Amino acid sequence: MNDSSLDSDERAAASYPGARLPDRRRTVKSFGVDLCVSEWGDERAPVIFCSHGGFDFTGTFDVFAPLLAAGGYRVVVWDQRGHGDSGHAPLYSWDADVRDLLTALDSTTREPAILLGHSKGGSISTYAIQAAPHRVRAFVNIDGMPSHRPPPDVADHERTKLLATELSGWLDHRRAAGDKVRRADTLGGLAENRARQNPRLSKAWLRYLVTRGARKDADGWRWKIDPVLRPGGFGPWRATWSMARLASLPVPLLGLLATESDPMGWETRASEVKPYLPRRAEVVEMKGVGHFIHIEQPERTAKLVLDFLRNLA
Amino acid sequence: MKTIRLKHARIELALHELRAGDGRALLLLHGLGERSPREVPAYAAAWSGPVFAVDFTGHGESSLTSGGGYSAEVLMGDADCALRHLGRATLLGRGLGAYIALLIAGARPTLVRGAILCDGLGLAGGGAEAATPSLVYPNPHAVASPDPFALVELARDVRPPDYATAFWRQANELSGLERPIAVCCAERPDWLEAVLKESELRVTTVEDAVAEYARVA
Repeated sequence: MNDSSLDSDERAAASYPGARLPDRRRTVKSFGVDLCVSEWGDERAPVIFCSHGGFDFTGTFDVFAPLLAAGGYRVVVWDQRGHGDSGHAPLYSWDADVRDLLTALDSTTREPAILLGHSKGGSISTYAIQAAPHRVRAFVNIDGMPSHRPPPDVADHERTKLLATELSGWLDHRRAAGDKVRRADTLGGLAENRARQNPRLSKAWLRYLVTRGARKDADGWRWKIDPVLRPGGFGPWRATWSMARLASLPVPLLGLLATESDPMGWETRASEVKPYLPRRAEVVEMKGVGHFIHIEQPERTAKLVLDFLRNLA
Repeated sequence: MKTIRLKHARIELALHELRAGDGRALLLLHGLGERSPREVPAYAAAWSGPVFAVDFTGHGESSLTSGGGYSAEVLMGDADCALRHLGRATLLGRGLGAYIALLIAGARPTLVRGAILCDGLGLAGGGAEAATPSLVYPNPHAVASPDPFALVELARDVRPPDYATAFWRQANELSGLERPIAVCCAERPDWLEAVLKESELRVTTVEDAVAEYARVA
């Protein structure tokens, strides 16, 4: 962001204790979409390749990634299509995200890497490992493990009405999405907006995240994420398919699970996933932490990850 | 043949007017890898009103995408954009278009005045359950349209039977039609078998279905 366009208050928001901008940034073309890839740490060090969650962006790793880099790793984070500083695309899908992940990984190293993913980033990493196991040597999944919680106990007729509401809402959004722009607000307004998803983050941390995930236009600040994207949705995918396939993961796994309830949280419990874990797996329920584990508690999370990797060696 | 350009999010869709006329339109949805016919097919000739056909995203004269991202739900959005232009319509889908016709009949039950499901390419999709995770990279030198990503992704698109029956149930409960779906298929993938079982529909001919929906208000 051009610093000269910021007022003194906004300039102050653009720094936060422990946060460090990436050491290197580059653009990788993935089938016509520009992906922004950022790196911290020694380029010759072993790679930890990180995927952010849905509606998030690389800047959410600005405290966590330098801590991992200080542990002796080359930490790479990529913005998914439509997110952060990557390009917007005509369509979005799971397969497209996984192909993008492997394109960004291939541009980083040809050696098997350590994958780390948060939320949706954990899920697409899981899929990528199953599709291309030779590209990975260990995996850290941060609150992105599936849950097979049963759907709400409602009568079939009520279920029809619920589905009808979701479908018409989604289709109405698609009809209008081509002309949508995200709402402009003040930096403080967007920080308050993010606080609804991250109720345990400090105001200063939230304001810093706005300076990384939003841009300042002539009429105010707006999130960079593609307005075509919409949280929630529906589709034929069943979480139970992902759950059952956890057992087939061929690499050591560290799973970190939140215990505090958050609006974006998956609320997966260790007892749910334990029957499906592969042999070399460790799952930690983090007391007092919500869905955005590495953003809420970067030091504690980095220590767990570095200890896990040290034990592998 | 007149072609109307419609916007679906960032995609430009080609909606072809095969025959002008008054009254409710018949909207044709093509199969996987196909494009809209250039004139009214013989099986739809008995329809007395206007006849339209839409090219799905990545097919015919509609937009191609960057790096894929196709799903049946996106194509349901294509059909919905055609309905935004046409208003209430009867749908006739072949193969992939038949599955899309079922989805949109459930999603827009008051706009779709009957959906006719016919054999064609891409009727089965990727089956009832997700296959072993894999990534397929289409030939980068392939013919541009249909988009090779569309051919790969829509052929692998998962179609669980209970997902399909949820759309049938919506069409049945919310359309007000006695028979919101007409099945004219010889091929019976699991999703269609499940819809037939739950609905207790009889399989009919395309011509009879077209005649039946022409009488629906």
